[in-house]
Amino acid sequence: MVVDQKPREFTDEEIDRIFGALADATRRDILRQSMLGEQSVSGLARSYTMSFAAVQKHVAVLERALLVTKERRGREQIVHSNPAAIRRAARLLDAYEELWRDRIARIGDILSEATPPPQNQQHQPRKDRDIAP
Amino acid sequence: MTFVSSTKDTENLTMTLVTEFAADRERVWQVWEDPRQLERWWGPPTWPATFATHNFAPGGRCHYFMTGPDGTEAHGWWEITAVDAPHRLQIEDGFANEDGSPVDPLDTTTMVMTLEDTPTGTRMTTVSRFRSADQLERMLGMGMEEGMKEASGQIDALLAALAA
Repeated sequence: MVVDQKPREFTDEEIDRIFGALADATRRDILRQSMLGEQSVSGLARSYTMSFAAVQKHVAVLERALLVTKERRGREQIVHSNPAAIRRAARLLDAYEELWRDRIARIGDILSEATPPPQNQQHQPRKDRDIAP
Repeated sequence: MTFVSSTKDTENLTMTLVTEFAADRERVWQVWEDPRQLERWWGPPTWPATFATHNFAPGGRCHYFMTGPDGTEAHGWWEITAVDAPHRLQIEDGFANEDGSPVDPLDTTTMVMTLEDTPTGTRMTTVSRFRSADQLERMLGMGMEEGMKEASGQIDALLAALAA
């Protein structure tokens, strides 16, 4: 169908992982920190009360969602953000907004053409009004 | 008609759109309640919508389909989960088979529409909530014949929001 005509950067499955990953506040915060500059997993772990292993798991979810990449540097694991994936998520919502703006423009057209007729005597009286008491 | 605001929440997959119309609430309500008016705006211009059934009551089911330029039909179903005329409407919108039965009853988008009086007419707020990005993408596939529109400059706003 029409869905096949649009350019793709990520598969549906990948996009689901992006939104799944972003649904968690800690992961959003890890992403935010990694956007400000590369972070080591151990450095990130120090800024949360949770365990190193828990932080590592969050980073792994972000990594599977392609939102960050991880690189081993000596004993450290360095986290880099991947803004392209975030851009994709935003673009889907932008496209949906376009669809609604288009609908609303047409609602506006319908409403503007339908100027309510003044009490038109040619109309059949409706049972809920225009009936003499 | 005036667009007041649009708010998109990338994390929770919601979009809120606020518009004002120079018409009273009863009149704006009709564009949803009257299937013949609804058909004029629900589908994109090249994919016009037909509401085969339109049961506009709490728990009511609607079956619609949109017909593409090549005759392809894209079917959808609604369940009207709340109606408070002419104030508020809540709809579950999903993909349907040709007979109008849900493809997956749990695969729905939730839509809440509210109308409020303003000094010049009516303010309409629609909130759409998606369950997954995949669903949003399929929904767009039904609704946008020209494919995805590339939005530029959005990344900067998003990065700023995330960095805030």
